[in-house]
Amino acid sequence: MNGTGRWQGTLILIVALIVLWQILYWIVGDIALRSPWQTLSFTVKLLQKPSFWPHLIETGKAFAAALFFAVALGLAIGMTLGLKRIAGDVFEPMLVALYSIPKVTLYPILLLTFGLGISAKIAFGALHGFIPVSLFTINAVRNVRPIFLKTGRVLRLNRFTMITRIVFPAAMPEIFSGLRIGFSLTMIGTVLGEMFASQKGLGYLLMNAIGLHNVDIIMAITFMLVVFAASMSGLLLAIDRRLHRRV
Amino acid sequence: MKRTGILRILVIAGLIGLLEVLCRVGVIDNFTMPPPSRIAYDLWRILITGKFNAAIAKTFSNAALAFVLAVTIGIAAGVIIHAMRPLREALDPFFATYYAIPVLAFYPLLIILFGLGDAPKIIIAFMLGVVAIIVNTLNGLDRVPRVLLKTARMARLNPIATAIKITLPSATPYLLTGIKFAVAYSLIGIIGSEFVMSTNGIGFEIAFAYNNFDNATMYPLILLVMIVSISINTGLGLWEKMLLSRRGLR
Repeated sequence: MNGTGRWQGTLILIVALIVLWQILYWIVGDIALRSPWQTLSFTVKLLQKPSFWPHLIETGKAFAAALFFAVALGLAIGMTLGLKRIAGDVFEPMLVALYSIPKVTLYPILLLTFGLGISAKIAFGALHGFIPVSLFTINAVRNVRPIFLKTGRVLRLNRFTMITRIVFPAAMPEIFSGLRIGFSLTMIGTVLGEMFASQKGLGYLLMNAIGLHNVDIIMAITFMLVVFAASMSGLLLAIDRRLHRRV
Repeated sequence: MKRTGILRILVIAGLIGLLEVLCRVGVIDNFTMPPPSRIAYDLWRILITGKFNAAIAKTFSNAALAFVLAVTIGIAAGVIIHAMRPLREALDPFFATYYAIPVLAFYPLLIILFGLGDAPKIIIAFMLGVVAIIVNTLNGLDRVPRVLLKTARMARLNPIATAIKITLPSATPYLLTGIKFAVAYSLIGIIGSEFVMSTNGIGFEIAFAYNNFDNATMYPLILLVMIVSISINTGLGLWEKMLLSRRGLR
């Protein structure tokens, strides 16, 4: 599909989802749902409230820090395991296993280790995000064409130059796919961490609103999270496709 | 066993041994984590006494229900979407960004809609799993060899016979990939929502034990979840590998 076709498809999809939402609202009614328009106007109102911003900033800070650790750790692990065949074979299935377990059960351990606060959230977000980054990096590094590596060896490049000048640029498109998924999972992890045992952040507001039966807040925050996650993922996906096409 | 397998077991054993030593020596104090041997012993006692049997049964029956729903509806939807080209093109960006969305953020909304019971949890687990099934069904149907479909037409097989004899067997390895994800996601969905807010299930018991500083319950239950999900996933992974290698696909 070409670029404009994809844009049209996305537009149709968004319109269809909004229509579906409106129909659902007509069926369920005001007790448990808000219409798209009501949600949008409440979201705008929420964004103008000064008391809301500390929560948004808290989540943003936790997410940014978690993403930093997820990417740094993921790249380091991926590069190490990708370049060392045996180490990769030993550890890769362990990373895959870690990916598939319900990591939420590990959250209490992080809470006990880091204490109740932003560091536990950051650790939990990073725990989600570093796995895809490392898995994709391992594969990317392994798939670098041997001729590149041989050339590097002939030029007697040291390990650091080898990674920065040859391995990383050659593996970039694939690594970027890992970063894209890592971005999404880090966000999911951060929000999930806030939904349990937290006193600040969007996840906390979301859980707090259940007790207050505040449908407006629930709809507005869910809406914000979904819009942010979907648009960022769409943007990263577009860059990802571009990088892959260039090669 | 291959060398990597032995090395892997040695690494895991080494890590567990290290944790054991750190806990025994006191580098990790017992309020943070009991020694692994103690956790294993506590898990054994919990399983023998059957203290959490109800919670365990609840979690796995909910996960099983969500899984069955995701597989049946997912495969049906996959077949329909595969047959309708424009629908598929419209849904393409949806599938591409779906797993970027924090599905669990919908949980509060579902609690308001359905009340705090099994329904919101099952829906969350279903939502997580169904798209993996749809995407892999589409992938599997795309890869049915054309020549086999032509052969079916030449043998004048009716659509049902074609589906059973040709399409399904060719698509099975890809369906299995989807199923593997759906198993993992249904457990993640159920336990995740139990953990965040619920009144029963393993996830709830872990959260409850955390809130009461009851490490003797919390750690064994975490271990149980890890053992169960890792063994299910490893088993399905091996089966998938077997199917794929028998067809020379991998």
